[in-house]
Amino acid sequence: MIEINNLSKNFGKLKVINNVSLSCNQGECIALIGPNGCGKTTLIKTILGMVIPSKGTIKFKGEYVSKNFEYRKYIGYMPQIGRYPDNMTIGQILEMIKEIRKSDLDLDEDLLHQFKLKDLFNKRMRTLSGGTTQKVSATLAFLFNPDVLILDEPTAGLDPLASEILKEKIIAEKQKGKLILITSHLLSELDDLITQIIFMQDGEVQFHKTIADLKASTGEEKISKAIATILKAKNNE
Amino acid sequence: MNRIIKFIVLDILKNKIVLVYTAILSILSWSVFSLEDNSTKGLLTLLNVILLTVPLISVVFSTIYIYNSSEFIELLLSQPIKRSKIWWSLFFGLTLSLLLSFFIGTGIPILFYAPSDVGIMMLLVGFFITTVFVAIAFLSSILTRDKAKGIGIAIMLWLFFALLFDGIVLFLLFQLSDYPIEKMMVGITAFNPIDLARILILLHLDVSAMMGYTGAIFKDFFGTSIGIFIAFIILFLWIIVPFLVSLIKFNRKDL
Amino acid sequence: MKSKLFILLFCSASFFVFAKKYEVGVNRSFKTIKAALAQIQNGDSVLVYEGLYKEGNIVLDKEVKLIGINFPVLDGQKKYEVLSIKAANVLVCGFKVQHSGYATLEDPGGIKVYNTRNVVIRDNILDDNFFAIYLQYCSNCIIKNNRIKAYGIEEQQIGNGIHCWKSDSLQIIGNTISGHRDGIYFEFVTNSIIWRNISATNIRYGLHFMFSNNDSYISNVFKNNGAGVAVMFTNKVKMFNNTFTENWGDAAYGLFLKEISDSYIFGNKFLKNTEAIHMEGTSRIKVEKNVFEANGWGMKIQASCMENEIVSNNFVGNTFDISTNGSLVLNTFNGNYWDKYEGYDLDKNKIGDVPYHPLSLFSVIVEKNPPAMLLFRSFMVTLLDKSEKIMPSLTPDNFIDNTPLMHSLKL
Repeated sequence: MIEINNLSKNFGKLKVINNVSLSCNQGECIALIGPNGCGKTTLIKTILGMVIPSKGTIKFKGEYVSKNFEYRKYIGYMPQIGRYPDNMTIGQILEMIKEIRKSDLDLDEDLLHQFKLKDLFNKRMRTLSGGTTQKVSATLAFLFNPDVLILDEPTAGLDPLASEILKEKIIAEKQKGKLILITSHLLSELDDLITQIIFMQDGEVQFHKTIADLKASTGEEKISKAIATILKAKNNE
Repeated sequence: MNRIIKFIVLDILKNKIVLVYTAILSILSWSVFSLEDNSTKGLLTLLNVILLTVPLISVVFSTIYIYNSSEFIELLLSQPIKRSKIWWSLFFGLTLSLLLSFFIGTGIPILFYAPSDVGIMMLLVGFFITTVFVAIAFLSSILTRDKAKGIGIAIMLWLFFALLFDGIVLFLLFQLSDYPIEKMMVGITAFNPIDLARILILLHLDVSAMMGYTGAIFKDFFGTSIGIFIAFIILFLWIIVPFLVSLIKFNRKDL
Repeated sequence: MKSKLFILLFCSASFFVFAKKYEVGVNRSFKTIKAALAQIQNGDSVLVYEGLYKEGNIVLDKEVKLIGINFPVLDGQKKYEVLSIKAANVLVCGFKVQHSGYATLEDPGGIKVYNTRNVVIRDNILDDNFFAIYLQYCSNCIIKNNRIKAYGIEEQQIGNGIHCWKSDSLQIIGNTISGHRDGIYFEFVTNSIIWRNISATNIRYGLHFMFSNNDSYISNVFKNNGAGVAVMFTNKVKMFNNTFTENWGDAAYGLFLKEISDSYIFGNKFLKNTEAIHMEGTSRIKVEKNVFEANGWGMKIQASCMENEIVSNNFVGNTFDISTNGSLVLNTFNGNYWDKYEGYDLDKNKIGDVPYHPLSLFSVIVEKNPPAMLLFRSFMVTLLDKSEKIMPSLTPDNFIDNTPLMHSLKL
């Protein structure tokens, strides 16, 4: 579904993404992990067209994404830190996005109800706490029943209850056969969600494996330990 | 009207600064006309407003607004919307709202007290100046990510066009006074939208003097309908060029 | 004395009684004017009825009253001088005189008056003539209520509307003149009056006035002429209550004064002229109670002018009120109203407490460097002007109105 070919991105002299090639398919739930500043968010933003790649191509459903925008219709994106116009209320933001997308599809308002956002509809964005803002972001990402969900640190800042609601929602969507791409630096919370892991470091993909592969090759039961083992092995080389 | 423009216009019209701007323009215009016994003197005062205040507010407010819209732009970018459409919508939204407040603040008093050709020309020129400086704001805010720097650039550009440019021209005039530079001077005005606007109004306001030998060269050019047409085309270019440059840059920008 | 008057009245009455009337027209005793004129004695009248008369040059060499009824048309076919008046006491009224000859050497006119006196030309229409009415060596003539129109395009190819040369005691009253070279032209004309005429859209001057002393022109309107009104090489002229308006263009003036002395300019209105008054080499002129409004320059006073007094005028909405080309000031300004005056009046005597400098720095700059007009009304220039007003350094500091008025005069 998403094909990334030899993608590179420089900010000035800094190479943020270095010759990355990836392929992600329907039904997969992929964790994109790596240390801070390894290029996860930039990679996601290039897929969304918010960052223009220096080199390489990205295909979405077989079509190049550069100079294209229609494809974003199929993507629900939840940013790491949602930034919204200060003066608008939650209600207005939802209304606006709905209007802009002119979506005739059934809206998925599960999260809206579960997060009880309706009670906060008249609150302006600048008055919201970080967690509430994240709830709005999550709601927006799932609202249009997208085929692909890209979630950047989805649970950061959410309270355990909301976090649990979101996780359940992700699992539900995964079971509908959607492609889900999650970045996170907390591995433990992903254990029961993901089918594949992409590990990035210094702008390069260190490995891209299914969970089964990973566990088999390292002999570890816990994902975090399995990754640690691999990293240790690499460092020793 | 496209939906994004609608949201932007509604957002700006709720903005306190724009409301204050409209109110100040309005108070100024009404009082200027009602205090002066002839409307020409009122128009003269408004000329300074149009040539100084309107560009300043337009450029600074727009720059700040564009920087403050970065969240909004980001939000929209993850939606299936063309990048250039976002930028165009922002431009139209800003321009429309500032034009509206200019029209309410200054246009209505002008139409009420001085619905002459000078008044109409002033209104038209005010519209153009507003739009030109919104376009310049787009350029200055895309040049740097740093908000403070961007506002600085905007103010510098305003300072240049409103004051320094004329100083330089005056200096050149005296340095080159032995040469026949009248025609060149007409050309030079094209490089400053404020000067262009001022001369267009001058030709109506000081028509008697402009008919004389000193103004004859300007009258010969700007006084003809072709001249006025060209002047407005140049003003239009002053809108299109900075904005298109900013659009190209925005299309390549990483957010 | 009384008996003398009686005798005079009696004589003139008998004069009218015994004078004969001749009628010219299609169904009248005479078919042509010339035929009638051949029959008349001094003092007779000729009534000319409606119709088109193409009789070449008609010469009036007897004292005759030539009266048109319903504007009979006298046509010069662009070849002839239409009417030549060579006798005294002639009256011409009620004609439409058109298409006079166009030879430039002889100055043919629609109506030309030669070396005579007491001629009255009134209520005629003069259309498309080279010179419309031309007087030379005449005295005591009245030109009244004529409508004069021509369609000149170039100065060299058209004559003047009312042209007066070497004459005395003329009265030019209530005429309307347009499309000629000069509307009214005076050269070596003395003791005459020009009253209530309208001279508009003439190619050169509305009124052109040279070497003509002791004349007055009063309550005329000069509008939209090529270069306005020129009064030159003359003394003792009175210019009262005239309106000078929309004389626009390169070297166009409301009123151009050159080498004038001992004259009085009172109560005139100068509206929308490029230069309302341009003075060159004038002396002892009083400019009083005039209105200068919406002109490019209110007054341009060249350094060659002296002992002129400019008092009690209104200067309103002019681009520049006063301009000059030198630093020598030998003229006085007093008690004028300047709308650009920004002083105050603490003692409430309606006279500003600080003197006014009517000469703006920028007008001096523009005088020296005309293209600087480009920068007029820019913030830079406004700033320069303001600072100069507070501390005059480049403009002559005795160029000053010590008693500027706070409110405009009702003029």
